[in-house]
Amino acid sequence: MRDERVRLALPAAGDATERPISIAIVAMGGQGGGVLTDWIVQLAENHGWVAQSTSVPGVAQRTGATIYYIEAMPPLDGRKPILSLMPTPGDVDVVMAAEFMEAGRSILRGLVTPERTTLIASNHRSFAIGEKIVPGNGIADKGAVTGAIGVAAKTEIIFDLNALAIAHGSVISAAMFGALAGAGVLPFNRESYLDVIRAGGKGAKASIETFDAAFDRVKTGPADVAAPVEPRPASTKPAPAPLDPQLSGLVARLTREVPVPAQAMARAGLRKVVDFQDVAYGAEYLDILVALSTTDRNAGGAERDYAFTQAAAKHLANAMSYDDVIRVADLKTRAGRRARIESELELSQDQVLHTTEFMHPRMEEVMGLLPAGFGRWLGARPRLLGWLDRRVNKGRRVRTYSLPWFLVLYVVGGLRSIRRHSLRHAVETDHRDQWLRNATDAVGINYQLGVEILQCRRLVKGYSDTHSRGLSKFDRTLAAIKLVERREDAADWARRLREAALKDGPGKELDGVIRTIESFAS
Amino acid sequence: MAERSFAREVEDLRLGAGDTFRGEGILAITKALLQSGVAYVGGYQGSPISHLMDVLADAKDVLDDLGVVFQSSANEAAAAAMLSASVMYPLRGAVAWKSTVGTNVASDALANLASGGVTGGTMIVVGEDYGEGSSIMQERTHAFAMKSQMWLLDPRPDHECIVNLIEKGFELSEVSNTPVMLEVRVRACHMHGSFACKDNVRPAHTIKDALNNPKRDVNRIVLPPAAYEHEQEKIKTRMPAAIGFIRDNRLNEWMGPARGKVGIVMQGGMYNNVIRALQYLGLSDAYGNTQVPLYVMNVTYPVIEAEVAEFCLDKDAVLIVEEGQPEYLEQAINTVLRRKDIQARVHGKDVLPMGGDYTAQVLLGGIRDFLEKTEPRLLGNRPPAPDAVPVLGHPAVEKLKQVVPARPPGLCTGCPERPIFAAMKLVEEELGQHHVSADIGCHLFSILPPFNIGATTMGFGLGPASTSAFNVKADKRSIAVMGDGGFWHNGLTSGIGNAVFNKHDGVFVIVDNFYTSATGGQDILSSRAANKRRKTNNSIVQAVKGIGAQWVRQIDRTYDVGKMRDTLKEALTTADEGPKVIVASSECMLNKQRRVKPQMSKAIKDGVRTVKERFGVDEDVCTGDHACIRLSGCPSLSVKQLDDPLRDDPVAAIDNSCVGCGNCGEVAEAAVLCPSFYRADVIHNPSRWDKLKSKVAMSVIGWLQRRRDRRRVGLEALA
Repeated sequence: MRDERVRLALPAAGDATERPISIAIVAMGGQGGGVLTDWIVQLAENHGWVAQSTSVPGVAQRTGATIYYIEAMPPLDGRKPILSLMPTPGDVDVVMAAEFMEAGRSILRGLVTPERTTLIASNHRSFAIGEKIVPGNGIADKGAVTGAIGVAAKTEIIFDLNALAIAHGSVISAAMFGALAGAGVLPFNRESYLDVIRAGGKGAKASIETFDAAFDRVKTGPADVAAPVEPRPASTKPAPAPLDPQLSGLVARLTREVPVPAQAMARAGLRKVVDFQDVAYGAEYLDILVALSTTDRNAGGAERDYAFTQAAAKHLANAMSYDDVIRVADLKTRAGRRARIESELELSQDQVLHTTEFMHPRMEEVMGLLPAGFGRWLGARPRLLGWLDRRVNKGRRVRTYSLPWFLVLYVVGGLRSIRRHSLRHAVETDHRDQWLRNATDAVGINYQLGVEILQCRRLVKGYSDTHSRGLSKFDRTLAAIKLVERREDAADWARRLREAALKDGPGKELDGVIRTIESFAS
Repeated sequence: MAERSFAREVEDLRLGAGDTFRGEGILAITKALLQSGVAYVGGYQGSPISHLMDVLADAKDVLDDLGVVFQSSANEAAAAAMLSASVMYPLRGAVAWKSTVGTNVASDALANLASGGVTGGTMIVVGEDYGEGSSIMQERTHAFAMKSQMWLLDPRPDHECIVNLIEKGFELSEVSNTPVMLEVRVRACHMHGSFACKDNVRPAHTIKDALNNPKRDVNRIVLPPAAYEHEQEKIKTRMPAAIGFIRDNRLNEWMGPARGKVGIVMQGGMYNNVIRALQYLGLSDAYGNTQVPLYVMNVTYPVIEAEVAEFCLDKDAVLIVEEGQPEYLEQAINTVLRRKDIQARVHGKDVLPMGGDYTAQVLLGGIRDFLEKTEPRLLGNRPPAPDAVPVLGHPAVEKLKQVVPARPPGLCTGCPERPIFAAMKLVEEELGQHHVSADIGCHLFSILPPFNIGATTMGFGLGPASTSAFNVKADKRSIAVMGDGGFWHNGLTSGIGNAVFNKHDGVFVIVDNFYTSATGGQDILSSRAANKRRKTNNSIVQAVKGIGAQWVRQIDRTYDVGKMRDTLKEALTTADEGPKVIVASSECMLNKQRRVKPQMSKAIKDGVRTVKERFGVDEDVCTGDHACIRLSGCPSLSVKQLDDPLRDDPVAAIDNSCVGCGNCGEVAEAAVLCPSFYRADVIHNPSRWDKLKSKVAMSVIGWLQRRRDRRRVGLEALA
């Protein structure tokens, strides 16, 4: 078909592609996006431009994701430009994101395109509610945003604007204004940006310092930026000789008897277990671990990087250092704990710090402390137990650094000496042994299934009801694994069960997977 | 007292001839009302018109100087009824609210007003909360204008145009004895722009004059036979008068070339985005110099038949750009053209989407399709249009879709409503799920994660009424939640009164945070702050008892989660008959912080002993289960990854935005969660006694700590 379209000259319209500079600010409510918007509008107006901004306050401003949009252009022969009220995908000059996932969202909205857009984004994270409520790890993958920025942005200016602002005693809007000036996309000089801030008056000094720091950071590149904290793989370098002779014996044994790929994790595990109880307990840890590694070797672990021993080194340490009253009291009374709080609060010499703990002990916790035999005797007497529980089971506000309360916690923290005779220890040990038996039974037949069973330990966490719920999820998961253990894809199912159990609090997802398994396995 | 001060904006209201106003659209509207000589203004707050109410509430001096009466109305119906002052007297009046929700509430009064007609100019400013960022159902105010016959102004999003139209709108109202609605969309309300000011005008006739010289005319009252007469007046007198005025004053605008084979008819509010779309197609420059004839309807009701006919007469086709559904304008224009037998084809919702925002991108597609069908030659030299599709299709961006988490709005840090829902969650765990009717307000966020509480919401203050069907004996009782805003808006009668009268056994929770917080923290009857211009401190509990409720519990500190939980449990299980009303009161934290923060900073600076509270989490005690977050959702309670290879899951962490409300500790205690939370009290400017006590305690504690540390095995080497 012949193209009959005629190329019209548009003399009256002038340069039809000439459009205003457009800036979208994507933020969360309460991040000061409105202030930044006003600054940019003022900046443009100070240069005789026509500037228009729009935003959508209302509910989005209650911590939800929101967007501010600015267009600016000089007037022509006294005529004002007609400015749009919403950003058009593919037609945005600058996108400023006050949080990293919001930068991702702006890309998904099509606001960031390679022909046009300078993306200024802070790479700090403020987690969304959906990321926080997951019982496991629900944190979104930052790498995906970095990857998308790489293909979507024409120019990218990415650093932790939030940290920079805090370091200079201001808020992120000032840092973003500085980054915008540094990016040089607007035809205004640095001084005119500063004029806008100065005119604001209140808080101008901190804002200007932050502005300058961000401006310089954009111009000169990273210097003061700390790498974001990601979980660090266990250190693999050999440790210097420990001071305690008994402990050094254990470390020597670890180096000798634990397969090399699992040694780093085993060292971390050993440290945790000794810190929890004592060196003898560390020896017990090592005994079990070495036995497990023998099973691992016999099951062909050498070809699998000793995954079974690696998993055991981690989860056995966690299982052995269960969260009992003694541990909590010990941690709360340590000197390092107070030092950490003081530094977090930036406490100065002339301030006084108190802390209040919110404890709610139940009779179960008290029983856990008792010698195993006595505890079981008591457990068999529900009426007596109920009577005692009514006296014990209530919320207690503990003033940590008042002498009487500190002494109580200190004494409880010192009960390590009797811990290994306690009912809680007996229960934990039984549970641990059963779990390890399950795993060693499995690993000989289906190596990966053995590893998965070890990893199920991750489901047991929390205190009181949360702990019971975790245990129940753990038990249900292992029971469901039993149903499929003969299948070739048993390890896949085990992994699926564990992941489901970590998805939500009550375990609805887990129940779903279990029902699926029951539908074909029974 | 609103969430923020409007002192600076009040100054803008004083501007006069020769000054330039620069600021938000809704404030330009406020200024325009004063320039039009209004005698009274009322309304009910709500996005996007809250700032109109806020700035007037702070502008006592300006209003007093002009002799203008301002009222914060009890609800939109009250505001609309206020306009009756213009029925008999030549008083100009204006009211404002969020639409369509507010217009729904106001309809009864509006219909009566529009039937009898007005003497003084009346204007209803409706914030059209439609499209992205809206918090309500997606409907159009247009229908209300048509059904009651009120003129509907829909100005171009330009301060100059809006202000001008408001001034003209009052004249239109007076000429045609008909109330006028001014429709402004969310973004136009919050749009920064400028206009050349005029002096404010004192009302020629004041409210006082009217009170002192009362008038009545039974023919203005809606009662047969007058009501039949009103209908005839509407058709025979008022409509023609309005059409004449709109034409004579050229309230609608013609843009672009006088002739053309095709043209575009649009609501005024669509103009800016239409121009942008035309620009993308190479048919306009950035200054609105368009190659396509445009008919911009700044008045969308009534449709001026003669103007439409004139615009369409020489054209092959026209495109109607009309946001939202149904397509009232398109239908009206089709009728006009058929009646006059004008052959221009009418396009509209066939090339444009039926619902949703008409963004420049959407219009670009629609106008392009329209031109492809009708006059493709015009697309001849279109420059490449912006297009994000290629980048959106890239695998790296595709992958992002699965990653970026939803970020719904939620309760603020320290919100006093959070512990109420935490308590409801705890009760749910014990007594099972109940039917919960939610209401409008911040507390509606309970329907979202982490609480997931609330089955329906039927309108402001109607949470309790929406449980009224569940009035039978059953194993469980219904629960209704309502805010103090909704309570005074209508919930006292429609909810509590209704439940008392019908002997409803359900549970009614009234969330009292001392303001209408969701709309920006305006004062209401039960606000606790002293307000010189209003009578506050009227007790909700007394009101509820006064209307006949017997089982009433007041909780004065919502953060007491244990008490909240026990009270709810009692309400759900007690044998007492009739409604169980729980009034849960604590101040909105946003407002409280605005009040308290400067006081505290000042006290610290002045050397006064001050205790600052903040919460924290012991990261080595926290097991990373996040059960606490599932009962909270506080923005300051987050998670962090530890630098520990043994820990797979992040632990809870509290950032420095914490205001120390106490919810974390209360929930941990009431829910028997875990001992990780602690409250840190930092005493600024401690007394000598504070210092001495702490010094003694810490020296003993330090000795004990050193003693135990000596017995610990050194683990540094294992790090």
